[in-house]
Amino acid sequence: MSVVADFVSVLKQIVQVLRKDLLIEWRARSRAFALACFALTILLLFSFAVGPDTAALRQHAGAYLWLSLLLSSTLLLDRSFQIEVESGAMETLVLAPTNQAAVYYGKALSNALQLSLLAALMFPAVLALFDGRLDGSPLLLGVGLVLGCAGLSAPGTLYAALTARLNSRQLLLPLLLFPLIVPCLLASVKATTLVMTGDPMNQVDSWLKLLLAFDVVYWAVCGVLFGKVIDA
Amino acid sequence: MKWELPLIGLGAILLTIAHVWGLFIAPPEAMMGDVGRILYIHVPTAWAALVILTVSFIAAIGALWTSSYGWDAAVEAFAEVGVILTALLLFQGSMWAKPTWGVFWTWDPRLTTSAVLVVLFLGVLVLRRIVDNPEKRLTVSAVATIIAYVDVPIVYFAIKWWRTLHQPFSSPDTVDSAMVSPLRVAAFGMLFLAIGIAMARWRSIRARLHTEADAPELPDLPAPLDLGGT
Repeated sequence: MSVVADFVSVLKQIVQVLRKDLLIEWRARSRAFALACFALTILLLFSFAVGPDTAALRQHAGAYLWLSLLLSSTLLLDRSFQIEVESGAMETLVLAPTNQAAVYYGKALSNALQLSLLAALMFPAVLALFDGRLDGSPLLLGVGLVLGCAGLSAPGTLYAALTARLNSRQLLLPLLLFPLIVPCLLASVKATTLVMTGDPMNQVDSWLKLLLAFDVVYWAVCGVLFGKVIDA
Repeated sequence: MKWELPLIGLGAILLTIAHVWGLFIAPPEAMMGDVGRILYIHVPTAWAALVILTVSFIAAIGALWTSSYGWDAAVEAFAEVGVILTALLLFQGSMWAKPTWGVFWTWDPRLTTSAVLVVLFLGVLVLRRIVDNPEKRLTVSAVATIIAYVDVPIVYFAIKWWRTLHQPFSSPDTVDSAMVSPLRVAAFGMLFLAIGIAMARWRSIRARLHTEADAPELPDLPAPLDLGGT
């Protein structure tokens, strides 16, 4: 019985941390708006860098979407522990009678949710800017976006915690994170592009499964390692 | 007793023997001719890199578990040697790729995975240079090493699906018997050399970490000078 009770209590703690983080972000909405503008700017920059070649832009629309999300994600992830660090609340968070994994999962969920929301906002912009279309089912597209954002958030949140109190964190976070999420980025771009431009060979499922595998591995491993990181 | 010196010497001797054997005695490769002889250095480098990075991963688990600087030094030493071996691997691979595939670089799974591997572990080494606090450095670099190592099979698998061109792994089963023996000797030579160098690095890093840990705390601000007053 106590195992079930413990589990429920950890779940409650996760929800508490998630609620706290989302509430803070909600109260500082202008920051979220700025982040969305940043993501949109990157999308625009891609079209300038590639040139007005509509066919090429349409073909790579999925890639631009994910690169824009990836670049924005470092700003979002970096933020997730800065609020605590700046107000000296990290110690409170560590000392609070909570399960440390719950703190991690709460924060990682909050990041995954915010990134997914950003992805949902950016997708119509991608359709409009790059003359994209949606051949496949919107459901598959949504699954791909959410799994990809979850994949970015799992190691991203851990690395944000790891670099939170370092001087060069803004350099270190992408330096450590970007090579790590290569498989996640690859699978996300492939899945999104296949859903958008058509999938004659039925490959979307395999890419989504790869994304799922990445998510499962990193949501598990990072949850275990987080306690060590936050104690350091 | 510093046994890494004999190990490095043994590795160098074995590599020399293997290369005299491989370059002058063994038959040329059936399809690629003499170009294929780079096999005797390329394949052992790949094997050694994999073993060395695996040791770094195990050391990272040991470091997290015991918080000892011995393990911590091993993480850094083996990650360093592993990065160098992987970078060498990329260089040799490009040299081999140009005459056989016609290009220096292709987006082949093993090539691309090796490139990702270099940046992943370089990140760990950079992290170690940036974090000043020894205890914190131990934890964060061990965590980063574990996370990076877990990524390797996923990266490989993802890129394999994405694109493939590399020939299958060279192992004693896929290589003609006349080429197996020099390849085996070269593999052991490279492994001994790599482990020897890593151990030498481990000794010096461990000494540095201990000096760092034993260093006296910085004194508090000195009391204001008493100039006798007026």
